[in-house]
Amino acid sequence: MSSYPTTWKRPPQIFKHRGWRIGLQIGVLVWFVLAIGSIDANWERIAAGMERGMRFVQGFLQPNFTARWSDISGGLVESLTMTFTSTIIGIAISIPIGIGAARNLAPRPVYYFCRAIIAVSRALQEVIVAIFFVAMFGFGPFAGFLTLSFATIGFIAKLLAEDIEDIDETQAEAIRATGASWWQLINYAVQPQVMPRLIGLSLYRFDINFRESAVIGIVGAGGIGATLNTAIDRYEYDSAGAILLIIIGIVLLAEYGSSYLRKFLQ
Amino acid sequence: MTGGFPKEWQYRTPKTKLMIWAFWLCMVAGFVYCWQVMNAGTIWFFVQDAPKQAADIGARMWPPRLSYVPELMRPLWDTLNMATLGTMLGVILAVPVAFMAARNTTPSATILRPIALFIIVASRSINSLIWALLLVAILGPGILAGIIAIGFRSVGFVGKLLYEAIEETDVTQIEAIRATGASPSQVLNYAIVPQILPAFWGITVFRWDINIRESAILGLVGAGGLGLKLQASLNILAWPQVTTILLLILVTVVISEWVSAKVRTALI
Repeated sequence: MSSYPTTWKRPPQIFKHRGWRIGLQIGVLVWFVLAIGSIDANWERIAAGMERGMRFVQGFLQPNFTARWSDISGGLVESLTMTFTSTIIGIAISIPIGIGAARNLAPRPVYYFCRAIIAVSRALQEVIVAIFFVAMFGFGPFAGFLTLSFATIGFIAKLLAEDIEDIDETQAEAIRATGASWWQLINYAVQPQVMPRLIGLSLYRFDINFRESAVIGIVGAGGIGATLNTAIDRYEYDSAGAILLIIIGIVLLAEYGSSYLRKFLQ
Repeated sequence: MTGGFPKEWQYRTPKTKLMIWAFWLCMVAGFVYCWQVMNAGTIWFFVQDAPKQAADIGARMWPPRLSYVPELMRPLWDTLNMATLGTMLGVILAVPVAFMAARNTTPSATILRPIALFIIVASRSINSLIWALLLVAILGPGILAGIIAIGFRSVGFVGKLLYEAIEETDVTQIEAIRATGASPSQVLNYAIVPQILPAFWGITVFRWDINIRESAILGLVGAGGLGLKLQASLNILAWPQVTTILLLILVTVVISEWVSAKVRTALI
């Protein structure tokens, strides 16, 4: 009578060899212990900071919109205009790049060139890009606009290219069989298939750009982030709470608005 | 001739055509207006000067100062720890929030679900850099502030994706477990958890990958790691060191992306 297992076990997924798996688990455990050991918490500093933390929580619960309203509204206008213009410019630039990065439409050299642009744009963090643009173009929302446009290109072009590669080839074939040129092929076979997704992506990117515009102000690229940074530096937590609540409100609005719009368009 | 039918077939009715035209008009007008408002304070001399500045910075940045790398190993270790422990904290906080937010597992749809959804939105709309800015003021500079900042930002991301996964679970399997007379906690354990487990690990690894990128720059506001060195190098205008740090960040990001892609293909 051979021993037959009474319980089923999921076969291993990543490492086939038992030793490797145990080694990996021990390794991860050791890393966690060392990592937790590397936290150099200064408890006196934290205890001193708790009072500040309580004041921040209070500021969040009782936000003060009025005291710094002119600064807040100025930052907000900068952020919103920056978001709007950079989303439009970013999408306008990323459409040709996205078409160029689709393997089924573009010749090989163009494909590699466009993929390289996408890779560069995606690899660099917005904040790092913003530091360089501020150094080149000076402080203010123009540098932020360029940063967000640059980041939008990588995001939209990559997803658009993937969507174009996934289109229904039979429709493209049908248009091609009528003797259509390359431009007609794009216009009549590709564009109708990718348009709904492109609209959805654009709205999603608008949302992301607004959130990012709140961050790049910290390194000097204008927008509500600069106001927030000043408010926190001056320990005005009630104004900081107000700014954070406004950001949350606008993101919430953009999210609901875009999901409603997408439903309406489909 | 019968009636006033148009001679040519047209894809859109005149009304939709007008609406599309009005939409484009609004977009162009809005763009021009926003451009004006945004650039009211722009000094165009600096913009014209930018190519020269770019060439200048580029020339200063090259070649990278490779002898700086050994000094970066400790911040790199801090960055990796911040990302990993932050992800752990975020996931631990996100699981109960996700179960409260999912329509089919929430204990009370009227009170707890809106609270959970608000937590998710609030955490998602505030970037980890802003969390770090706040926490550095409260806890003092150091990796602890970074860990908590990363954790708070991850709650929203993991919570949102996880609660969508919970809502998409197969109802028939839950029904089957319930038909055996299982208690609610047993239903959770035997019907829902096995269905969302692959998604859970996938989301966690994905977020870990994103967190590595984010923790690399958290030091800019004082939360430890590579960003601290980056800030220091930028402040003393040591551009070759900046290049070295950026290259190191790039290598780390590429490796973590490779690991995460590998793990996710194995899981899903």
